[in-house]
Amino acid sequence: MTTSKAQAESFKALVAGLSEALREPEQFTLSYAAESSAFVRFNHAKVRQAGQVQQASIGLKLINDGRHADLQITLAGDPAVDHQRLAEGLQQLRETLPLLPQDPYLLLNHNGWQSQNVQEHPLPDTEQVVGEITQAAEGLDLVGFYAAGPISRGFASSAGAFGWHQANSFNFDFSLFHENGQAVKASYAGHDWNTEGFARRFQQAREQLEYLGRPLRTLAPGQYRAYLAPAALEEIMGMLCWGGFSAQSIASKSSPLQKLYGGDQAFSPLVSLEEKVSGSLSPAFSSEGYPCSDVTLINAGQGAGQLVNSRSAAEYGLSANGASSDESPSALQMAAGSLAQADILKQLGTGLYISNLWYLNYSDLPAARLTGMTRFATFWVEDGEIKAPVSTMRFDDSVYSLLGSQLEALTAERELLLSASTYSQRNTASNLLPGALVKRLTLTL
Amino acid sequence: MFDFHPQLKRRFAALRTGAEFFSLRYVRESGQYLSVRKNVAEPPSLSRDEGAMLTVRVNGVEAYAATNDLSQQGLQAALERAEQQARRLKPHALLDLREHAVSSDRADYFSPTLDQPFPSLSDCYQLLGAESAAVPKDERLVSWQVSLGITHVEQIYLNSAGAELRQAQRFVYPGLDVTAYDGNDSQTRSLGRENFGQQGGADVISRCGLVGAGPLVADQALQLLLAPNTPQGPRDLLLMPDQMMLQIHESIGHPLELDRILGDERNYAGTSFVKAEDFGRLQYGSKLLNVTFDPDIPEQLASYGHDDDGTAASKQFLIREGLLLRPLGGALSQFRAGLDGVANSRACGWNRPPIDRMANLNIEPGDQPLAQLIGNIEHGILMSTNRSWSIDDARNKFQFGCEWGQLIENGELKGVVKNPNYRAISAQFWKSLSAVGDASTFKVLGTPNCGKGEPNQVIRVGHASPACVFSNVDVFGGDS
Repeated sequence: MTTSKAQAESFKALVAGLSEALREPEQFTLSYAAESSAFVRFNHAKVRQAGQVQQASIGLKLINDGRHADLQITLAGDPAVDHQRLAEGLQQLRETLPLLPQDPYLLLNHNGWQSQNVQEHPLPDTEQVVGEITQAAEGLDLVGFYAAGPISRGFASSAGAFGWHQANSFNFDFSLFHENGQAVKASYAGHDWNTEGFARRFQQAREQLEYLGRPLRTLAPGQYRAYLAPAALEEIMGMLCWGGFSAQSIASKSSPLQKLYGGDQAFSPLVSLEEKVSGSLSPAFSSEGYPCSDVTLINAGQGAGQLVNSRSAAEYGLSANGASSDESPSALQMAAGSLAQADILKQLGTGLYISNLWYLNYSDLPAARLTGMTRFATFWVEDGEIKAPVSTMRFDDSVYSLLGSQLEALTAERELLLSASTYSQRNTASNLLPGALVKRLTLTL
Repeated sequence: MFDFHPQLKRRFAALRTGAEFFSLRYVRESGQYLSVRKNVAEPPSLSRDEGAMLTVRVNGVEAYAATNDLSQQGLQAALERAEQQARRLKPHALLDLREHAVSSDRADYFSPTLDQPFPSLSDCYQLLGAESAAVPKDERLVSWQVSLGITHVEQIYLNSAGAELRQAQRFVYPGLDVTAYDGNDSQTRSLGRENFGQQGGADVISRCGLVGAGPLVADQALQLLLAPNTPQGPRDLLLMPDQMMLQIHESIGHPLELDRILGDERNYAGTSFVKAEDFGRLQYGSKLLNVTFDPDIPEQLASYGHDDDGTAASKQFLIREGLLLRPLGGALSQFRAGLDGVANSRACGWNRPPIDRMANLNIEPGDQPLAQLIGNIEHGILMSTNRSWSIDDARNKFQFGCEWGQLIENGELKGVVKNPNYRAISAQFWKSLSAVGDASTFKVLGTPNCGKGEPNQVIRVGHASPACVFSNVDVFGGDS
């Protein structure tokens, strides 16, 4: 039996045991998350730290008489131990519920939906990958992180819903450093490690590194034309995803996009954004038991749909669309523009080519005014030619300017950016984004 | 407490390996997060987690395997995975650790008041409900939330050199925030939350000042809504402890992490403007700046007896009278760099390996009460409670924002201003430290949310600080 099938069977056995233990009129939802990950850190093109992590957990919600509570339990992988832990957890929640008031915003999905997505591409041997990486990086100062292995997610409810998602994946996120301290950032991620594909990606980064050897240019604070590559635009999107599209944040006036959703501000008509979980790497169901809908968030610059979980649906009279507990996107797509990849430098003319941004935060959240840093491969371009790398600079600007009045073009080609985040567990989020050419970016320090 | 210890010891003793050294770090954690939002109790979020990390050293190469399977077979399998990894990756290893000394210490560590029971779930909800209900009725107050997080952690570290270290800790995070909205702008004022966490029990809730805070916090949110924007230009800047903690964290803590200086974090968290050769030489700040790594304040969030590699922790000056002395580097980084450091090799849980982290990183008090700090400022601003943070990957150019600002003119506090932001460069900023508050201004604070490492880890850190004054800083407001 494959690992995925074994895990699915174990999860089904837990669900069956829980269903049997239930006492009328109790109800439950049960989510599942597991992964087995190889982690390898590189510094100076050598292995700095290597390890392997095996983890699995369930999230049990018990509902009774309008009251509910959630308990996250780490599983051991031994059926007897896990059934015992689940039984103890159920008892803990039974003792907890009578202490709680009824929840006016409890909204259960009574639909017995079914979902199954299993992808079992064989993953490469870690030793082989490490060999390819160290060989490619010979003579270079490479620093990076390789994470790989299967990820499983599951969901079941007493209403008969059942979802299972399993995927094998790898993500090699790395930087090449020039001896002057400048660096280029790249990644190679997906399901099938392909030696030639990796070599091509590595060579692209290596070629960019050569530009970084030119004398560094220091810019004065001021306003500049700028091209934001997809990875740089992703940082801005990441900030907007931090409550921007959340129904609760919008209602409680803590969304950075409250003026957009209130109709007081707009982005350029070039900007259309969609949360498109279908066909993405993310599970097609939320951990609270709703199938994820595709949602148009911004349509031609105007605020459109919001991300709504069940609690917000009940509180604000909206329809739940499978949003996560924090109502943030997991598969964001921005519509492509018309600027050809080959014309980016020419149309930029004179200004900044920014490969990545870093450490963004709000200077003024209701005004969607952001600050952040350039990082990795930022170049000064004159008359359509790269002239010099640029020293680290801080920007401070409103998103309504960058993606609104000052947005000149979006690229026709988009880049699929897979999350390299591994907080608690390997993230399955992704962004499909174009690059953005802006007429004015304000640098402040 | 430590129920699993006898069984774990037997299983550890029965492990078989060809490694020259191996260790086991077992972590059991339980959590409870409660909140009341706009007078409605949200469902409690509870958690139970346990697992172990096995680390081996084979021919000077270390590797780890973390497992949720704590049976004899599960631990043995993890040990073998780690050993296999170490052997196979030896040709590519960066470090040769054959000469790196290991701990053989045996000790226990406990949070203060751990033997006293925490208030029941019902009592906690009653407290949160009462504070939520105390927020005044005003249509401009559109959102408020009162919360309480409690985490219990038991950790047992065993190694083949005979180390046996146990620690049991309880962390408490009270919080309250209120958002006011006038149809155009919104302003949030908060207490605790990400700015305040301590070890202890119900005493932490008292020290945070949560009880009875609802009306005051709400009033301050409304004041901010009516306030003008912070004026732009250079001013003397008085930072209260709940902003100092962020200032210390970002522009002293991270740049002094030795693994960053050694380059490990260049792909993710970044590097540092500080070089290895700067220790003992670099004048980091003014003569008033005294920074310590201090694991000995019992209630502080990251007080402990030993770090997660088994090194005994003790108070050390990292910066004394402005001179940079010592990095934030654990035993491994010290071995690599040839520098003395501190016991700060820490992991966020059983499934992540220890790396150099901040723990308790504090500024020692000076000699001026708050009234004197304010009285000596001609043209300045007081800022309190962090809400925005951004700094470059070398931890040099920063911009931070606070919830609360109050102008200071001719030695007196004047009107409230909203959206107070400031920006500067770390390498210069600390040299502008012109006055340090005395012990009466000193607050023990901490946050559970410091992110770093590959794989990523979020960990709790403590920062204690007096109020401090910085000369001639570039401050500015927002657009709203």
